[in-house]
Amino acid sequence: MKLNGGQALIKSLEMEGVEVMFGLPGGAILPVYDPIIDSPIRHILVRHEQGAGHMAEGYAHATGRPGVAMVTSGPGATNIVTPLCDAMMDSIPIVVITGQVPSMAIGTDAFQECDTIGITRSVTKHNELVTSAQDIPRVIHEAFHIATTGRPGPVLVDIPKDIVDPRHPNSAMEWYWPDSIDLPGYKPTTKGHPKMIREAARLIGESRRPVIYAGGGILKARAAEVLRELAELTGIHVVTTLMARGAFPDSHPLCLGMPGMHGNYTAVTSMQKADLLIALGSRFDDRVTGKVAAFAPDAKIIHVDIDPAELGKVRRPDVPIVGDCRLVIEELVRAVRDLGGAEAQPDRTEWNDTLRSWRETYPLRYEQGWEEGDKLKPQFCIESLCANSPDDTIVVSGVGQHQMWSSQLWKFDHPYTWVNSGGLGTMGFAVPAAVGAKVGMPGRTVWAIDGDGCFQMTAQELVTASAERIPIKVAILNNAYLGMVRQWQELFYEERYSEVYLSPDLPDYKMWAEAMGCVGLRVEHPDDVVAAIDKANSIDDRPVVIDFRCDSDEKVYPMVAAGTSNDDIILGPEFGQGGH
Amino acid sequence: MAASTSKHHILTVLVENKAGVLARVSGLFARRGFNIYSLAVAPTDDPRFSRITIVVDVESTPLEQITKQLFKLINVVKISELDPADAVERELMMVTVKAEGAGRGQVIELVQVFEGRIIDVGTDAITVVLAGPPSKLDDFEDLMRGFGITQLQRTGRVALPRLERQPHPTRLRRAG
Repeated sequence: MKLNGGQALIKSLEMEGVEVMFGLPGGAILPVYDPIIDSPIRHILVRHEQGAGHMAEGYAHATGRPGVAMVTSGPGATNIVTPLCDAMMDSIPIVVITGQVPSMAIGTDAFQECDTIGITRSVTKHNELVTSAQDIPRVIHEAFHIATTGRPGPVLVDIPKDIVDPRHPNSAMEWYWPDSIDLPGYKPTTKGHPKMIREAARLIGESRRPVIYAGGGILKARAAEVLRELAELTGIHVVTTLMARGAFPDSHPLCLGMPGMHGNYTAVTSMQKADLLIALGSRFDDRVTGKVAAFAPDAKIIHVDIDPAELGKVRRPDVPIVGDCRLVIEELVRAVRDLGGAEAQPDRTEWNDTLRSWRETYPLRYEQGWEEGDKLKPQFCIESLCANSPDDTIVVSGVGQHQMWSSQLWKFDHPYTWVNSGGLGTMGFAVPAAVGAKVGMPGRTVWAIDGDGCFQMTAQELVTASAERIPIKVAILNNAYLGMVRQWQELFYEERYSEVYLSPDLPDYKMWAEAMGCVGLRVEHPDDVVAAIDKANSIDDRPVVIDFRCDSDEKVYPMVAAGTSNDDIILGPEFGQGGH
Repeated sequence: MAASTSKHHILTVLVENKAGVLARVSGLFARRGFNIYSLAVAPTDDPRFSRITIVVDVESTPLEQITKQLFKLINVVKISELDPADAVERELMMVTVKAEGAGRGQVIELVQVFEGRIIDVGTDAITVVLAGPPSKLDDFEDLMRGFGITQLQRTGRVALPRLERQPHPTRLRRAG
């Protein structure tokens, strides 16, 4: 069958099972947009290419299937660099297709030419410039394979215009679909080493103060169920990192919640005092370890990760296991059973009592006042959202204070209900990622919890959401500041507030939302919070934005200051520590 | 410049012979702050693959992290690590040295001692080519400095495992 390169590209995406893609056309990618008219693939037209990338990420986060974005050359490609880097840091499987100037124009500084492959080399798992129309099915097939296997990540495919333009002879190709993959340098290890797994089971059976340190790899490996089996079999408590919220239910008695810079006291301190850390798909990120030299000084380490480079990168493991988290944990459960299962676990009453007393003594705290003149607390807004939304609501956040409060206070009881930018910390992630999540999971309620600073970076994608009838909901915790920066300036720069004030009224978020085709609501008093949330949850034919006017002075606690030890955790003013 | 000390390790990296692979490898070193001491690329007997010989500074970063990160590049097929003690290494140097008056005879004498060859002769300088173990090149370079080096180029080393000790290069198990 004779096809042109553009047809072959769209057909290849169909062969990969792509149902939806996010993009924005332009000169170099124009020929590929023509066959989209005849394809069953839904294309969502974004307002800025960054939005397309984050939507693809949100879609992948929520569904586990690779997200697809397509943009043009030059500025289209550079605008999607941030989502690529974000997906690289958080191991999100996305495939990005960029147009490129015609082959013969490459290297001549042609209109809208840039070195896309060079620019994106370090922010992709792999990228490739296709040089012949005949290679398109093979390269697309490889791109999806690389993006979704091993440690997932972003793959970019750069397509010169001449190989997809039906008016150019270079676009002629004979259709085929590759039945195998030939990548001699790419064979991810998925099965853990049996001897190491037995050794891990033995260490677990000797440990008096073990903690499971569950990371985002649990979710990537679809390992939430087997993680629960391991925890319940051994009776070991679980901390869930920022990337793993929802991987283990918050309502489970063994769940300790989030560790790290803004983790709760018990999660942070349990790791510090542990004699064994069972790191599953986590990477000892600096936001979790604090000062590495002082991190979990007495703990032996079992480290399971599909990426061998993570083992020993930050902390040398006693038992390194390269493999897929689900497969390895399944084997680990078997190995623990072989050693006698639950009955053979040592008596950990003392440790469990210690954890319980920490939880009772040091809960997360904030005070919502109800007197006239008391300001609305952002934490109260989040708890109210959680209490008044469906149990399986997908929560998407931007980056900053609102992200930390959401992660701390939302009760996540299902995997894939928490979508955020962890590694790169991309402000503006929430709105487009929520659109992508809702497209992937149309039956679920999707709440973006955003800051006013973040919202202003990518709010234009609400136009996309309105136009495409993607009814997401956005809660802006509007404290009129770049709140997290303000918090650091208050605590570490003697309250010298430099370039962090944004104004609560400029822009007028309610009017802005309405101008973008959304329902706009505003809440200034705690009494009105629940009614507004109920109203938002009842609307399902268009996006809703609530402008919550929040207390600017509120800070995220607990906090481990950057570069300090987790032992020096600051609990906050409710405990007589930290600022006012 | 002591090139052959234990702070350095040799990696021979088999890569797919595709456009941009060298940029991927050198870009990875730059991004992660790994130091390259020298680097040489050449095709292998199989046209699908090329071999990159990299001498790395293992004082700045553990060798293990360097090889693991390299393995993550899709186009990297195999990495062999050669301890300098278990490898034969050669490097080529071309150097132009001032050679006037009495010095001219001394330079020519040293070239003969080091088994180099004079490949170009000018009125007041000569150009010498010398191949050998990097340490020998270091010594020659030091000696020539006294006469005045006007230009110098070295290729970076290539290496193969030493035969008489039967060392299989520590073939790193492909873990990823």
